[in-house]
Amino acid sequence: MQAETLRLGQHVMTVCNACRYCEQYCPVFPAMERRLTFTETDLNYLANLCHNCGECLYACQYAPPHEFGINVPRTLARIRLQSYEEYCWPRVVAGAFRHHGIVTACALVAALVVMMLLAGGVTAPVDGSGNFYAVIPHHVMVTLFGGVSIFVLAAFGVGMRRFWRNLDTSRIRGLTPDTGRIWGLTPVRDVLTLRHLHATGVDCTTAEETRSPWRRWFHHCTFYGFLLCFASTTVAALYHMTGSVAPYAYTSLPVILGTSGGIGLLVGPAGLFLLRARRDPALGDPAQDGLDEAFILLLLLTSLTGLALLVLRHQPVMGLLLVVHLSTVLALFVTLPYGKFVHGLYRAAALAKFAAEEQNDR
Amino acid sequence: MDRYDVAVIGGGNAGLSAALTAREAGARVIVLEGAPRDFRGGNSRHTRNLRCAHAQPDAFLTGAYPEDEFFADLLRVSGGTDEPLARLVIGRSAGCPAWMRRYGVRFQSSLRGTLHLGRTNAFFLGGGKALMNSYYAAATRAGIDVRYDAEVVGLDISGGTFSAATVRTGDRTETIRAKAVVLAAGGFESNIDWLREAWGPAADNFIIRGTPYNRGTLLRLMLDAGAQAIGDPKACHAIAVDARAPRFDGGIVTRLDSIPFGIIVNNDGERFYDEGEDAWPKRYATWGSLIAAQPEQIAFSIVDAKAIGRFMPSVFPPVVANSIRELAAALALPAQKVESTVATFNRAVRPGTFNPDTLDDCRTEGLLPPKSHWAQRIDAPPFWGYPLRPGITFTYLGLKVDAGARVQMASGDAAANIYAAGEIMAGNVLRKGYVAGIGMTIGTVFGRIAGEEAARHAG
Repeated sequence: MQAETLRLGQHVMTVCNACRYCEQYCPVFPAMERRLTFTETDLNYLANLCHNCGECLYACQYAPPHEFGINVPRTLARIRLQSYEEYCWPRVVAGAFRHHGIVTACALVAALVVMMLLAGGVTAPVDGSGNFYAVIPHHVMVTLFGGVSIFVLAAFGVGMRRFWRNLDTSRIRGLTPDTGRIWGLTPVRDVLTLRHLHATGVDCTTAEETRSPWRRWFHHCTFYGFLLCFASTTVAALYHMTGSVAPYAYTSLPVILGTSGGIGLLVGPAGLFLLRARRDPALGDPAQDGLDEAFILLLLLTSLTGLALLVLRHQPVMGLLLVVHLSTVLALFVTLPYGKFVHGLYRAAALAKFAAEEQNDR
Repeated sequence: MDRYDVAVIGGGNAGLSAALTAREAGARVIVLEGAPRDFRGGNSRHTRNLRCAHAQPDAFLTGAYPEDEFFADLLRVSGGTDEPLARLVIGRSAGCPAWMRRYGVRFQSSLRGTLHLGRTNAFFLGGGKALMNSYYAAATRAGIDVRYDAEVVGLDISGGTFSAATVRTGDRTETIRAKAVVLAAGGFESNIDWLREAWGPAADNFIIRGTPYNRGTLLRLMLDAGAQAIGDPKACHAIAVDARAPRFDGGIVTRLDSIPFGIIVNNDGERFYDEGEDAWPKRYATWGSLIAAQPEQIAFSIVDAKAIGRFMPSVFPPVVANSIRELAAALALPAQKVESTVATFNRAVRPGTFNPDTLDDCRTEGLLPPKSHWAQRIDAPPFWGYPLRPGITFTYLGLKVDAGARVQMASGDAAANIYAAGEIMAGNVLRKGYVAGIGMTIGTVFGRIAGEEAARHAG
């Protein structure tokens, strides 16, 4: 972590820890109260617990222009970005987090070139049967996406392992395998319901005294949309193995899953993108606008091309659409470990550690 | 014709309670807040809770807190009170949280948190600034005009009747006319000249914990206009704060809770008071005056490794050393004297069972002043030191009011259309001491009364 960021994080958390007025907003504050001093490790943990809702900035008697200048959401956002870089694998590409717009654009172009080459130019099958494998053969798709997936999973695995080790979980009972204890389903529930975006309370802050449920709902659309698309692909793969080959009917399970997921991935990212414009800029780290927006736009492009492909699969344009859609998906996959997506992994891990600490204290 | 029915001077909890209540009654209301928007809310922005009586537990309060117990708690510390007014505040306190929630104020759940006042006090979710944000948003929704940077520098009062206020914003001065006025602009604790009148040059070494905008302008205007004063003009609530705190507005984080865990020495390296006299929450407000009476108005808290982690961390790092001599040098204290003070103290410590949660049997013998509880030898490095100064929370001098929040004139009559609420009249209920959260109770209850009465007068 940069020395300046570390110093800022320690200053902010020291003021917070002597005040504690925000302790019931979210887990960041109870987690902070368990500590007297704040190491880089502690700050990485707290930063990834923060959902950037903003309540604590508006409630803060020490927020700028007070001379203490406390802005917890922005400070933790800065630390979060540095933690992504720190846990990134391979480390040489950690710079991607700061130039995500360019990286995403390059990935898209590169993916397009690869797909074009694989497709041998864009030609739709003349029969209009909607046979994708006439454009790019099934085994080519499987080899390409299988290979990329293995790489992506490896990157996630290494990143998570680094993060988890860095969390210093050795003191926590229930996280060490020998005790055999589990710390419950709390973190799973927290992730699935976005409880700390105030799922049980009064919604999320967009500006002072302005709260709405939309950030949570659009995130749900995005998250579950992504999962449904993933499920659709998995079911389709199983169908393929049993001899049932694409294209599938509108009423088939893969298409129902994929369509609903696609709509979620259309509504969710579009909503999140629009909400960004209305959010108080004081809540975020301006250096991460590209990181957020590139990921949102890539998700949006994925769902748009996917749904277009579904509707137009019997038209001559199918070949072009398939190439564009697969390129988008490829670019999305390749950039997953180096973009906004990782927030979900580290957030979930931080919530798991928090749940374990809570249980320990009980 | 007056554009406003009710002018509220001061934009803290009491002022906004009055403004919202007057608006409920249909009055056209303006709030004149002396601070800029970022620092609006007076000392309310530094508060955290409100004390309220209640018969049974709810989502925000545990157990029951009968009115008689509340009154007894108040009497124990307040050094006298106006019993009918105190009973009025306590009786109406129970209804405060529900009223506040109607304006979007949120309270913490009583189930968790590091609170030891969960039975007697309802905690604002996020603290007093969040409370004030909710009130201001509600005021805007209700159509109340709010002016920031609007310091009232003059009042037109004749024969106990208010007609207009002179308001200064930057270089601009204007006259705001209203049929009634609510005075809710706090005390005079951030007016150093005025503090000097009471405390002499020692006041130059005081730290003001709250807003720099409580200059007492309105209080002075009213006293000059013949209002009846109440409360000791020299009394203020003062605690020990870290000497490195900002001059104003340091709020809660500059406070130090290490005192019962070690010894306190003055600038000469000598102890001067029993650090273990009573449970800390009952005594923390005595240390401001104690330190104010010491040379240079400064003192030093010295603890050893045994105390680390036992008190709320302060926002400023401790001065750390591996010997008392080094620590004294780092704190710019006479090293030999501090060494001998610590050695004398250590020799006087009797064996006992240390327990920070009770008045334990760890005490000194044959030492003056004694340390009656939690006395442990200071002998385990590292040694920590904190410099301390008096931190003024608020002043007690205020305006005498009746049960209708009407300001009483020195002539003995009540003012016709002048009402007061909050710190500016808290001295009616509190003469020299307070219990946590009662300032907000007085502000809310009298704010609502003042708003209602002012609207009725104007209507």
